[in-house]
Amino acid sequence: MATTDVDQLAEMPWQPDGEPPRRTRQRPRKRGFLAGLVGVVGELMITAGVLLGLFVVWQLWWTDVEAHGRQAQVLEEWDKQENVIDAPAQEGERRTDPPPLPQVGAEGDVMATMRIPRLGVDYRVPIAHGVGLGNVLNQGYIGHYPDTQLPGEVGNFATAAHRQSYGAPYREIEQIVVGDSLIVETTDAYLVYQVTGTEIVHPSQVEVIAPVPGEPGVAPTERMITLTTCHPLFSAAERWITYGEFQYWIDKNEGKPAELLEEGR
Amino acid sequence: MYGALWRVLPGPAWFRVILLLVLAAAVVYVCFTWLFPEIAPYMPFNETTIEEGA
Repeated sequence: MATTDVDQLAEMPWQPDGEPPRRTRQRPRKRGFLAGLVGVVGELMITAGVLLGLFVVWQLWWTDVEAHGRQAQVLEEWDKQENVIDAPAQEGERRTDPPPLPQVGAEGDVMATMRIPRLGVDYRVPIAHGVGLGNVLNQGYIGHYPDTQLPGEVGNFATAAHRQSYGAPYREIEQIVVGDSLIVETTDAYLVYQVTGTEIVHPSQVEVIAPVPGEPGVAPTERMITLTTCHPLFSAAERWITYGEFQYWIDKNEGKPAELLEEGR
Repeated sequence: MYGALWRVLPGPAWFRVILLLVLAAAVVYVCFTWLFPEIAPYMPFNETTIEEGA
């Protein structure tokens, strides 16, 4: 009979006196102390891993995004300055008399721009005074070692810049070969240097930025330029050095170097 | 730890998910703006200059 069936059902195993089925068995609310500790430690380690990954993303990608934006903005502002001459699009007369020297301000002040035709006609990076990380190098600028000579001055115009991250002005420095032009554009002149050699040195070999590169204490007679950056890529174990010697300069009122005229620049 | 965070957050599940995304974005912002620029100079691969004793 139906009622009997219901009564029988009512006495099925999930009744208090029977064995409760697995589904309704209460889960133990308290984990052991050790299990909880392991859980928290695991979550902290996962968090640390995610943060480290984020740091890599920031270092390799975001610093470039920020620095490229700043480089473009700084160049635009520099071009608008009243004392910066806008050179006509024609080849200017090559002069070898002493060129005009740029004015030097405080650390972080942009005093010139670097053009390296080998790295592209549109390669153009601000050169700022000083080699501090915060004010200069991490801004995406090429830095001028403060104790070295100015561009165009007899001696060594020594510069440093990042090889990776922060805009990495010298990332492709290995592509610059002997005979290439390094053009320093100051407010009123283009100073054209020619690469004479490259070298890989230990980070402590300060003689590479001496007035006569490699010969500290010797009185300079030539106008030199030195580029320094870290080497190998993504390491700082060594330094890549590229040397150049001054060839000629062009008054910006007269025109530009021929290399910068190709492709409309 | 994250289980506790989930329980502390108010509202229905979809709202908690949105809250968590906002929190994650805030953490990324703080890291990119302050934390990472602070610790980057201590990283060994950011040296580019020539100096005495390097």
